[in-house]
Amino acid sequence: MKAKQLLSHSAWICWKDLLEFARSKMALVMLLLMPLFMMIMVGFIFPDSAAMMEDVPIALVDLDSGPMGENFTMQLEGLNEQTGMMVLSGATDIEDIRTQIYAGDIDGGIVIPANFTQNIMAGQQGTIIIMTDQSNPQLSMQTQQALSYVIDEMGTYAAIGMLSASDSNTTLATVQPYTVEIEDLVEGDPSYFQFVAPGIMAMVVMMSLMTGLPHAISYEKDTGTLDGMLVAPIHRLAIILGKVLAQTTRGMIQGILILLLAMLLFGVVIYGNILIVLLIMLLTVLSFVGLGILVTSFTDKEETASMIMMTMMFPMMFLGGVFFPIEQMPGFMQTISSVLPLTYATSAMRKVMILGAGMGDITTEILFMVIFGLVFLLISVPMFKRAMNK
Amino acid sequence: MTEEIAIQTNELTKKFGDLVAVDKVSFDVKKGEIFGFLGPNGAGKTTTIRMLCTLTRPTDGTATVADLDIKKDDHEVRGHIGLVSEKLIMYDRLTAYENLKLFAKLYNLSKDQMEKKIDELLKLVHMEKWKDKQIGTYSTGMKQRINVIRALLNEPEILFLDEPTLGLDPQSTAEIREFIRKLNTELNTTIILTTHMMVEADMLCDRLGIIDRGKIVALDTPENLKKMISGNDNLVTEMNIPNLTNTMVETLQACECVKTISRLDNTKIKVQANGDDAFDIILDTVRAGGGKITSVKNLEPTLEDVFLHITGREVRDQANVKQRAENRGPDGHSMGGGGNRRVR
Repeated sequence: MKAKQLLSHSAWICWKDLLEFARSKMALVMLLLMPLFMMIMVGFIFPDSAAMMEDVPIALVDLDSGPMGENFTMQLEGLNEQTGMMVLSGATDIEDIRTQIYAGDIDGGIVIPANFTQNIMAGQQGTIIIMTDQSNPQLSMQTQQALSYVIDEMGTYAAIGMLSASDSNTTLATVQPYTVEIEDLVEGDPSYFQFVAPGIMAMVVMMSLMTGLPHAISYEKDTGTLDGMLVAPIHRLAIILGKVLAQTTRGMIQGILILLLAMLLFGVVIYGNILIVLLIMLLTVLSFVGLGILVTSFTDKEETASMIMMTMMFPMMFLGGVFFPIEQMPGFMQTISSVLPLTYATSAMRKVMILGAGMGDITTEILFMVIFGLVFLLISVPMFKRAMNK
Repeated sequence: MTEEIAIQTNELTKKFGDLVAVDKVSFDVKKGEIFGFLGPNGAGKTTTIRMLCTLTRPTDGTATVADLDIKKDDHEVRGHIGLVSEKLIMYDRLTAYENLKLFAKLYNLSKDQMEKKIDELLKLVHMEKWKDKQIGTYSTGMKQRINVIRALLNEPEILFLDEPTLGLDPQSTAEIREFIRKLNTELNTTIILTTHMMVEADMLCDRLGIIDRGKIVALDTPENLKKMISGNDNLVTEMNIPNLTNTMVETLQACECVKTISRLDNTKIKVQANGDDAFDIILDTVRAGGGKITSVKNLEPTLEDVFLHITGREVRDQANVKQRAENRGPDGHSMGGGGNRRVR
């Protein structure tokens, strides 16, 4: 009977919260816009691979007076015509390239040194110098990689040309004895959207509980309406449960919106079972609900609630592996990462969505989320009851 | 046979850190009476009410509400009370009906009970036509009407009203006061209300507790309280002295018979004094100081004078000082805007 009443009271509080939410035009617009902006931003800010490079302004300097330098220039131009990767311009020397990079006119430069032909003729390797704009590390690295690749390829062909006397089939094998073939787990070429969409879904669910919940309670505290519920003969838990239900609904709607946007606008494909995706979203709710309640119990004003949430959310967002792979982080950050539930939510979501994994493949993630959620619920529920009875 | 008691407190105390908001307050409220707390903002009225409504735990002391202990049986207490707090307990984006429905559901009313009760209450405050409009579109007076009937959904034996007419226009104020009286006489609801308005306290309350700095400094019927300072040897007089100076006020204050003195404006003073020859002494003192008295008016004592008499301060001054302290202090419940309203 008591449990039934508790559920009924929470359901009505949830009804009230959702009704208020549905009647706020601003809130509805934000509900739609937030995921859209999120996807567009992250999708376009991070370029996904070197193959995407196009029309990068690069200066080319030939300081070599011999035929090898000219030959290299011709080959490079020929290759560039096919790929359209670079916009080649001229420069007088290394200093000039430096000046042009400072001025922002070019993103990098290729220098053929003076002794290029001489070295090759003498049977040594010919060195090509690559300069990049290091103030933009991401672009700099990509330019370096792309140019190294181009020069590598050109070298291979040069070598084949030199050995052309022998059988053409075996020459490639002589120059490049090893080659790589990539076996995809799933079809197609995962884009950055594909990488980031599962993470954002987990993140939005997290945000709805971590910011939505403390905000919902502290707002009612500030305006005085919370007293109305507190003075009614209802279980204190009904209040928080009602709010959790409302926030969960909101978070799930937003998560599903992101999924739809990702699929319809950004061509993201789900390889796994969509029901498992929804289940992971619910588990994400479970894993964060305790933490959300805990923060709520500590904050008495809306202002402090927002501040605490921001401080906690940012590290979680970045350390949870939503935008960057965790493996790229330094060791101590990976350690922090490994205790954040968002890390596991993102990982599980990614495995299911991108790799088509099943329930059996994500047991570690599920276990961690459940345990984390239960531990924090055990801590936070008594704290919340105490906070309500100050 | 003792009179039936609705509320009994015993040295009820609430501290917020070092600040003692309510200091060992003991009083009884009889069933069926309208009991008022009068005092400036920050005096501890709201905190006392919040403790009795189980919204705040007392630091010390005990209290029973409807014969239930507010600490041990807090959950049960809630079923017997209604609260109209200083801040509106309503959601602007919900209609009046939806607001009432939510709280009816929290009080476990069945669907039929709920419909009946909501209709009945809406009729009582003449708001039937507005029931499907969002609260946000209401005027302050309309909001307060819904706010008050919201507290009546569970037919409470005891109704707490914290500054129920704060910020309302004169007409709404009159309506709400009338409504409170009606509730008391027709439904025999015990009513505890707080106010810093002397007139309101005087008009509505059967008994009054004057509360100042967390302590109840006087508790009686409004008539008896006023009698404290009226009578033969008590005098409240207002004088108009066009050439009034500070020295005159100071000399008057030095007189033994003068209890309190307040300057109403540049030329008017109000003097409270006792003693058979107080009036003569005052007139002589003013004249001796070169003062020219153009008019003298003897006043009936008001509750304001009672407050002044007991605490030696005016409600207004007290309110201002307290309010400033309160804005910094942890007790932010009574930061109403009406604190420095002059009441006579």
